[in-house]
Amino acid sequence: QNVGCRTLSLSAHVGFDSLPDQLLRKSIKHGFCFNILCIGETGIGKSALMSSLFNTNFEDSPSTHFLSSVRLRAQTCELQESNVLLKLTVVKTVGFGDQVNKVDTYQPIVDYIDAQFEAYLEEELKVIRSLFSYHDTRIHLCLYFISPTGRSLKTIDLLTLRSLDSKVNIIPVIGKADSICKAELQEFKKKIMSELVSNGIRIYQFPTDDETVSEINTITNGYLPFAVVGSMEKVKIGNKMVRARQYPWGIVKVEDESHCDTIKLRRMLCTNMEDLKEKTRAYYELYRRCRLEKLGCRDIGPENKPVSLQEVIEAKMLEFCLEMERKEEEIKQRFLQRVNEKAAMLEEAEQQASMPVLTKYARLTLMHQEEELKLEEKKKLLEDEIAQFIEKKAITVSIQSQVSVSTPVVSLKTEGLQKVSAGH
Amino acid sequence: PHAGPVESKNKAAMSELVPEPRQKPVVPMKPMGINTSLLGYIGIDTIIEQMRKKTMKTGFDFNIMVVGQSGLGKSTLVNTLFKSQVSRKSSGWNREEKIPKTVEIKAIGHVIEEGGVKMKLTVIDTPGFGDQINNENCWEPIEKYINEQYEKFLKEEVNIARKKRIPDTRVHCCLYFISPTGHSLRPLDLEFMKHLSKVVNIIPVIAKADTMTLEEKTEFKQRVRKELEVNGIEFYPQKEFDEDLEDKTENDKIRQESMPFAVVGSDKEYQVNGKRVLGRKTPWGIIEVENLNHCEFALLRDFVIRTHLQDLKEVTHNIHYETYRAKRLNGNGGLPPMTVETEENHESNL
Repeated sequence: QNVGCRTLSLSAHVGFDSLPDQLLRKSIKHGFCFNILCIGETGIGKSALMSSLFNTNFEDSPSTHFLSSVRLRAQTCELQESNVLLKLTVVKTVGFGDQVNKVDTYQPIVDYIDAQFEAYLEEELKVIRSLFSYHDTRIHLCLYFISPTGRSLKTIDLLTLRSLDSKVNIIPVIGKADSICKAELQEFKKKIMSELVSNGIRIYQFPTDDETVSEINTITNGYLPFAVVGSMEKVKIGNKMVRARQYPWGIVKVEDESHCDTIKLRRMLCTNMEDLKEKTRAYYELYRRCRLEKLGCRDIGPENKPVSLQEVIEAKMLEFCLEMERKEEEIKQRFLQRVNEKAAMLEEAEQQASMPVLTKYARLTLMHQEEELKLEEKKKLLEDEIAQFIEKKAITVSIQSQVSVSTPVVSLKTEGLQKVSAGH
Repeated sequence: PHAGPVESKNKAAMSELVPEPRQKPVVPMKPMGINTSLLGYIGIDTIIEQMRKKTMKTGFDFNIMVVGQSGLGKSTLVNTLFKSQVSRKSSGWNREEKIPKTVEIKAIGHVIEEGGVKMKLTVIDTPGFGDQINNENCWEPIEKYINEQYEKFLKEEVNIARKKRIPDTRVHCCLYFISPTGHSLRPLDLEFMKHLSKVVNIIPVIAKADTMTLEEKTEFKQRVRKELEVNGIEFYPQKEFDEDLEDKTENDKIRQESMPFAVVGSDKEYQVNGKRVLGRKTPWGIIEVENLNHCEFALLRDFVIRTHLQDLKEVTHNIHYETYRAKRLNGNGGLPPMTVETEENHESNL
């Protein structure tokens, strides 16, 4: 980076050596934040340890063992020491290891860590963003609580750790370590560390590259995993109230390094906060890279020319919009089709509904017409008959008038005929 | 904890002439909201020391641009500011040196170290500004250069595989040199500052202030301030970015009384009262550069370097750069598509 730059010597005091102070002043004004994730079985002492580490009370209602899946609960508090303001967020697993079938119990945890990365990535990709005032929720440290069995790691421990070691800094701790005696403890620790190594699980190593801290950090690295004891209660020892656990056989003092490693953990945590945050940033970059590559973004395009992320995102957006338009069109077409079908159906039904009325009327009219015709025919027939009879009567009358001069025998006939004609 | 003023290494006696500015304690002691009270020391405050060590290791970048007509003493001033031969002065008009036909941008990088703090200082010179017959739009190459640096940073930021520390070539501070006419600002001055105050931190400076008497200086400064206000030019420190009351009162004082700083630059030393001082020798006396009674160079130096250097960088990063980025990603609202020549001579696809 200093290629082409010449080194100058100053002839007098300029004053830019106050730069780190200017920077620190601003950082202090802005405040610091730190996020810890505690993973451990129900009742292993997560809340107690947090309360002991930070000397505050992370009050939490004791969890039940009967949750069907693992959940995560976050609590934030602000701590101040001299003039450093720290926004501390503690996320605890609830219900870890309680289920009968523990397949995928670690998935909610992995999802949670990814979700925090995702939220940060979203903010970073926004057009109008405010990264400066963004509340960083990325997990800086994961404390994994190992059960104090004294034997070895459980399968669930290995599975969970393996799924997390590429996403977050892990420090394994042995919870409720006052149930193991000193001799067994050393063996237990050695066994755990060798199991972690043989399973290829990467845990956080305190940095040893800076001479001032390398010695103490190397020694501390040898104490991993920390055997911790936490307590929410205080016991009076001498004339002071100390965090401790009181047994009939003695008192376990949380802050006594010969009793447990809690103080070591606290010391290492505080003096390496910056390093933990920096390593978290590296994990974030890894996540970001994988995520963007999954979206199809590349740094080098097909002709080995650098491709910009923005262009790829825009192209994807365009593609997506076109796809949406196409689907919309499709749906619209289908909708229209169905509307038409339905309309046709309705029309037909309407026709059929109105048809009976029309038909009946038509039929009745037809019937009347037919009947009328028939009647007309009958009338005609009758009139023809009447006409014929009148003709016959006329002929008979004329014959009678010719016959009336002859015998009266005929008159009977005539009378008969007259009667007949009268009868008609 | 590291409270208390920073110790200054006095190589020469110059600094003694100027009283050390009231150093803000590194750690502001004002009480802040607390949710839970601590019942014993934990060690959270060691984070300050961790940060300090980290920043000392990585070092700082600072990029300062000087703009003004030829002969106003820009190079001398920069050399005086950083107590070293940062710029090579063009002494007088050499026949061989021509006035550039257009505004050129020359960026030269230096590495300087003081008190364990390493700084990569880049001074960006703009020869040819305001020197032509027709100076219309002569700020455009400068605006283009500033936007190019934002573009470079944006490209790096938007990469899939990013560098751990993106090299920062963005212009953090632009010193604009005003000619000491004694009357008012020139149209060119107003044009430049109007355009550029929106993209970069501008600190107006009255050059060669030894041509004015005290009254003339005060009047000129008042008039300049008024003109800047009337024209809506927000120079650094901008009012809208004052974070809290403490900043506001401090910056108000600087904005309304001290700025624009009337400066004199020199890299020659003379004996005054038994001390070696930087100054200009005239028949009627020696003008001491770092004497507050003579000129305001010391105020400028303290302002830019000793108190507001980090703030200049932060305003550039959080505000000017973000504005540029938002404009770029919103579909080039107003900006022509950029073609940036990278080292491999590729065209940017942004």
